[in-house]
This record gives sequence, structure tokens and C-alpha cells, in this order.
Amino acid sequence: MDNSRFRRQLILLLALLIIVMFVSLSMGRYSNSPLKVLNALWYRTGLKQSTGAGMDSGLDPVMDSIVFYVRLPRIIVSMLVGAMLSLSGAVYQGVFKNPLISPDLLGVSSGASVGAALAIIMGASLAQRQIIAFLGGLLAVYLSTSIPRIFKHRSNMMLVLSGIIVSGFLSSILAIMKFVAEEQTELSSIVFWQMGSMAKVLGKEVIAIIPVFVICTTILWLLSWRINILSFGDLEAKSLGVNINQIRGIIIICASLLTASSVSISGTVGWVGLVIPHLSRLAIGMDNTKVVPMTVAMGALFMLVIDTLARTVSTVEIPLSILTGFVGAPLFAYLLYKQKTMVQ
Amino acid sequence: MQIKIEKISFSYNGFREIFHNISFEIASGEIISILGPNGIGKTTLLNCLAKLEPPTSGKIWLNGENMTAMGHRDVAKIIGYVPQSIVPSFDYNVLDYVVTGLAPWLGTFEKPKEEHYEEASKALQKVGIEYLKGKPYSRISAGELQLVSIARVIAQRTRFIFMDEPTAHLDFGNQLKVLNIIREMAEEGYGVVLTTHNPDQVLLLEGKVAVFDRKGQFYFGNWNEILSDELLKAIYGVNLKICEVEKVCRKACIAPGFNNKCTN
Repeated sequence: MDNSRFRRQLILLLALLIIVMFVSLSMGRYSNSPLKVLNALWYRTGLKQSTGAGMDSGLDPVMDSIVFYVRLPRIIVSMLVGAMLSLSGAVYQGVFKNPLISPDLLGVSSGASVGAALAIIMGASLAQRQIIAFLGGLLAVYLSTSIPRIFKHRSNMMLVLSGIIVSGFLSSILAIMKFVAEEQTELSSIVFWQMGSMAKVLGKEVIAIIPVFVICTTILWLLSWRINILSFGDLEAKSLGVNINQIRGIIIICASLLTASSVSISGTVGWVGLVIPHLSRLAIGMDNTKVVPMTVAMGALFMLVIDTLARTVSTVEIPLSILTGFVGAPLFAYLLYKQKTMVQ
Repeated sequence: MQIKIEKISFSYNGFREIFHNISFEIASGEIISILGPNGIGKTTLLNCLAKLEPPTSGKIWLNGENMTAMGHRDVAKIIGYVPQSIVPSFDYNVLDYVVTGLAPWLGTFEKPKEEHYEEASKALQKVGIEYLKGKPYSRISAGELQLVSIARVIAQRTRFIFMDEPTAHLDFGNQLKVLNIIREMAEEGYGVVLTTHNPDQVLLLEGKVAVFDRKGQFYFGNWNEILSDELLKAIYGVNLKICEVEKVCRKACIAPGFNNKCTN
């Protein structure tokens, strides 16, 4: 019924995303006007023919390689990471019918971190790192959701608390791994990766996470209406003929894959997976068929802005989690105030 | 269309037996009320009939087909379920909620389209609350919420409707409104099974009763053949009378006063 409003908002958001992308591409230590960058991009895609005289793209070669080999991959990855974390948060909230959880609060991020750190110590490739991180994340969801079952006490609060237990325990394991890691090589790369930075992102990271993003997002979008039904609880979902274990299983696997592969690239970036889903629900309502695309777009935009700030605000890189905390925590406080029913 | 229940039993983990060897039948157009004291297993029985919980033993035949062998989706095309209370985790719009009734008729990866939303609107219209369709369901009253649930079952296009205490949490006016809707639905051909704590509702609905007394003994039959002062005493442990009340031209189930003035 709110279809036209939804479409308008989504188109607006995507337009904004493209504009911010160009602005971000032109910002940095070597800054340039967005129009020049646009022009260069035009040449790159081959849509505009070379005039034959002198510089093809309108950018000098150094600038050209910075924009296309350093900034562009980083921008793409930061948008994907934002979209992935936000979408997995929205989906976990839906299937666990609990608006208070997120990939970090469920322990998925910590589990994936343990897996990714293990992969770094073992010297595994990026693809292997994603797989091991995924297994760690999946184990963590399993543990967090088992505790309320074992205690025979299911409530929103209990799930949040067991997420805290699981992620606390996993953080200690991560600390042990850092302790035993070799100081010169492994430790520094674990620490660097865990702080949540896109600074080292290159084309190979883009290639590594795009398939995960495309496949999982498509599946989750196709199942988005079923997420509405699962959020009614097991009894109602079953009475509506939904194969709850199968559908929920697929959704949890996709969401955990999204979390794990973003964690294996950029470490744990807090708040995004909690705040962005709420923000998109505030904009468009609760229906997950709209929340899913909205969250993807909003998460991408949010993370792009944060990462652009991270690399431009000061001369040194600011870790992403610092910025997401600064923006996300007050935002969540505001959202709590707006939707008090969430904690009832 | 009929559901045949054949000697079903239910126990938790093989220990605490809830009910034992129960058999009866439900046909289209019938109303069956399940009566019994608190915690005796009324809801468990209802859930077993709707394939929401598996009976420990016994069989349920849905139009001659073994229900245990049927998928949830196929059962959901025939049996609709109205839960006792909806505790919303997310504040969906009424129309978004009602349209989920069409879930068994849509493919797993399908989303509702314009026509499905229209069907959901029609279901709301049928129970007279189309004006609520854009409202978030936290903003409507308990009575309206019950009607929204009923609208969803109508959108589900089932032949049977099972309701767990459809009048709990409702004020007296809304209770009677819901009972009236139940009667109308039975007249339209739905088979309705409900649980209730109020024996007088059985006399208003007429139809059949399934009764658990306090010892867990099970009785089944037409309301006027089964319900008696003695059985009511066996269910609730207090004195209740079924009497003809001329002013309303029906039999009613009434509790005597506490002051022992009455000598009948």
C-alpha cells in the first residue's frame, strides 16, 4: 500500500549513494573535483571515445591509479560491508523475533573473528579465511540460541544475555590467540584487521566478497516475506504452513555468511547491524519485503560515509568502530526513545 | 470435508500423560467447543488436531488422508489456526499481517502481489474492520486484534478454523460479537473448533462439545445431550445450573449466589 512511497525513498537513497560515491572517490590526500573523476570514469568504461590529444582520462596517471586501484575497491568494499552487516542484523532480528539483537550482540561477529584470526595464524588465503570465519560465526549463533533453550527461558532479554555470554567467551579465545601469535607478523596483522579498517583493501577483496553478497542477498530478498511470518513465532508460522526449521536454517546460514565474510575483510565493526535495520524500519515500516532492500541501501550509504570520514578526517586512519560507535550509539538511543515498545 | 480423530494420546516426554485414547469426528459446518479445567490439555488437543504438536499415539485423518504424512503447507490449506494471543515483536500493519494468511497458497520464494492484498482487504471487510487496514497492530484494541486474526484465517481460505480461547482478553460485548461471527462462519460451511473457559458460550453456540473433567475423563457429543449440572460439577468442582431463561428464550449456564438463599 505504501509502495509508491517505498519506491521513491529507495530511488532517492540509491541516487544519494551514487553521488556520495563520486564525492568519496575524489576525496582524500590527493583530492580532485568530482566532475573530473566522473569524466575519468567515463573514459574507463569506454563510453566516451578518446579525443586523441594528450591525457585520455583528464587525470594525471598517479591520480588515475589512486582513484581506480586504491579508492574504488575500497569504496566498493565499504559499501558491501555496510550492506552485509546491516542486512544480517535485520534478518537476525526478524527470525529471532527480537529487535534488540545484531550480529555483534548474538556473538556471530566474535565467532567469525575467532575463525578469521585462526585463519590468519594458519596463513590461510582470503577465501579460506571467509570459510573458517563463517564456521566460527555459525557456531556462535548456535551457542547463543541454545542457551535460552537449555535454560528453558525464552525472552528477548535472555537471548541478548546469552549473546553477551557467548561473545565474552569468544573474545577471551581471541585474546589467547593474539597472545600466542608471533609478534612481528601474525599479531600485527590480527590487530590491524580486527580494528576494522578498509585501508588495505584491494581488488582481490572485492572479488572475494561480491559472490557472497550477491548470492546471500538474493536469497534473503526472495525469502523476505517469510521472515515476516517467522517473526510471528513458531506456532503461528507452522499454522501458516511454513517449514520453519528449513526456512529459518537457510536464513540463518545466509545471514551468518554475510557477517562472516564482512568480518574477515574488515574486522568487527560495531553498531551498524543494530542501528541501520531500525532506521530503515522507521522510514518504511516493518514489512521485511521492504526492509530488506531498504537496509541494504542504507547500510551501504552509512558505511561509505563512515569510511570516507575514516580516511579523510585526520592524517591517520581512524578505526571504523570508533566512528560507528560515535554515530551509532546516540542514534540507537534516539531510536529506543522513538520505539519504546521494543524493550517491553 | 471431515477430520476423523482416532484414539490419539499425548504425553510430554513419555511421562506426564495429558490425554489418552481420544476419538471423535469434526465435519464441515459444525461447531465443537472444548471445555475443561485449567491445564487439563484443551490447547494441547487443539494443537494436535492442527498438526502443531504431534500426538504421542493414534491417528488423525484429514478427508481420509493420514495427517502425519501430510506437509504443513497442505494441512494449512485446510485448517486455519487462531492463536490465543498475538504478542507482536514488530509492529506490522494490519493488512501486512492479514495477507500472511495466504502463505500456504504462495510459493516459498513468492511475495504477495496486488491481488493478494485485495483478498486480504476483502477478508477484513468481511469481519467489518476494513478501516483498520493501514493501522499498526499495536495501536488497535484487543477486540479488534481478535477480529484481525479471524480475518487472516478467512484469507487463508481453509475449510476448518481452530481457535484457542477466542474470547480471552475480550470485554463482554466483543465476546458476543466473536461468538456471533463463529456461528455465521459455521453456517457458511466452516468447521469450527474452539476452546473456552465459559460453559455458557457452549449454550450460545450450540453444536457439539468435547469435555475433559477434572480427572481427565473425556466426553464428546451434542451439547444438549452431554452438558448437565453433574458434568459441570465434575469439570469445575463447583455447583452450576443449566436453566431455561424465559427472558432471553434460551438455556443458560448460571452459578447460584454465594449467600445460599436459593433452596432449589
